[in-house]
Amino acid sequence: MKKAKTLEELKNATWKELPIGTVNPDPANSLKNFTGTWRSGKKPIFKKDTCIHCLFCWVYCPDMAIIVKDGKVLGINYDYCKGCGICEVECPTKPKSIEMVKEEVTLS
Amino acid sequence: MVRLRELASMEDRLVSGHGLCLGCGIPVIMKVVLRATTDPIVIANATGCLEVCTSRFPWTSWRTTWMHSAFENAASTIAGVEAMYKALVRKGKIPKDKKIKFLAIGGDGGTYDIGFQALSGAAERGHDFVYICYDNNVYANTGGQRSAATPLGASATTSPAGSKIPGKMQKRKDLTQIMAAHGIPYVAQASPHRWMDLYNKAKKAFEVDGPAFLNVLTPCPLEWKYDESQGMRIANLAADTCVWPLYEVENGKYKINYFPKEKLPVIKWLEPQGRFRHLFKEENKWLIDEIQKSVDEDWERLQRLAKL
Repeated sequence: MKKAKTLEELKNATWKELPIGTVNPDPANSLKNFTGTWRSGKKPIFKKDTCIHCLFCWVYCPDMAIIVKDGKVLGINYDYCKGCGICEVECPTKPKSIEMVKEEVTLS
Repeated sequence: MVRLRELASMEDRLVSGHGLCLGCGIPVIMKVVLRATTDPIVIANATGCLEVCTSRFPWTSWRTTWMHSAFENAASTIAGVEAMYKALVRKGKIPKDKKIKFLAIGGDGGTYDIGFQALSGAAERGHDFVYICYDNNVYANTGGQRSAATPLGASATTSPAGSKIPGKMQKRKDLTQIMAAHGIPYVAQASPHRWMDLYNKAKKAFEVDGPAFLNVLTPCPLEWKYDESQGMRIANLAADTCVWPLYEVENGKYKINYFPKEKLPVIKWLEPQGRFRHLFKEENKWLIDEIQKSVDEDWERLQRLAKL
């Protein structure tokens, strides 16, 4: 019996096709699970002019949704951001470099 | 001293796309802790919020060897893996210089209550592993039942505040002290808001030879009932009111890592949380004094221990 390997195969696998011990052969595949759809009503906006790149937003973000390259904040990954707003609260600059704004919710 | 830009350049071992609540404190802890070593890590994760939300089949959010073990035996699982590693090194099947770290993770339900016996046993046998307890004071994953970590006066679904009782009527169990009493090389209490402190503690825990235990406070917006953006502020208040003192016990020597500039009254920590809302009714106000008294006593005792 062929064992399921890819995400699509795993989703549709019968119990006989599951890997032994349900060992997941596809590590970190939740990157294809876009939790940004959870956001309800508010989203963070990054303002690079006032940012001092302290990276507090990066360390306190529960969804690893702050994009950082070479120690600099580049923006927010809306594919995963659930919109909790911790980044805005923890941002030390005045005015805040991350601001939560209203977001229209479109139901698909 | 480590800088955040160094940590940010490392690869995530717990990735985005997990199903933890918005504003959850657990991934913040894991982000820092899993960067405290560059060696490969094997994780045994007891049933709980983190386990359920990061491994919904067919998804997995882990980029390291990870296994789910039942509620009660994460420590036994990791003890077994560590024993096997030692045996394979002895037989020459794993090279001697190949270092692997062993990490067990459990929530407060899986650590204070259900998994305590396994944890105590593994600590006593002296396996070289790190146990991290993310303590959100409640069984958050199964609907907010009280646990041994639920503080005095908190309302939980199995100790609801009402006309009969004003929330949980028992004091919480001090697991960090209990683990220190095992005489293991490293025990510490940390909070995600103090990320540098948490990182240093996790690094020490990974480095020591023998069992190490970390107890980390985890703000839970769902069960503590606060605005989800305030998680780290609330963790900070826990340290500033001395409800959750940050300290470590290294080879029996106590050290307090954080002294609040001004020790805040415990009411500041109770106020923003919905689970303590009933305490502000006239008939329950005596309980706030009780909580303050208990926190003060524990803080005094800890300071005495640190002077020994």
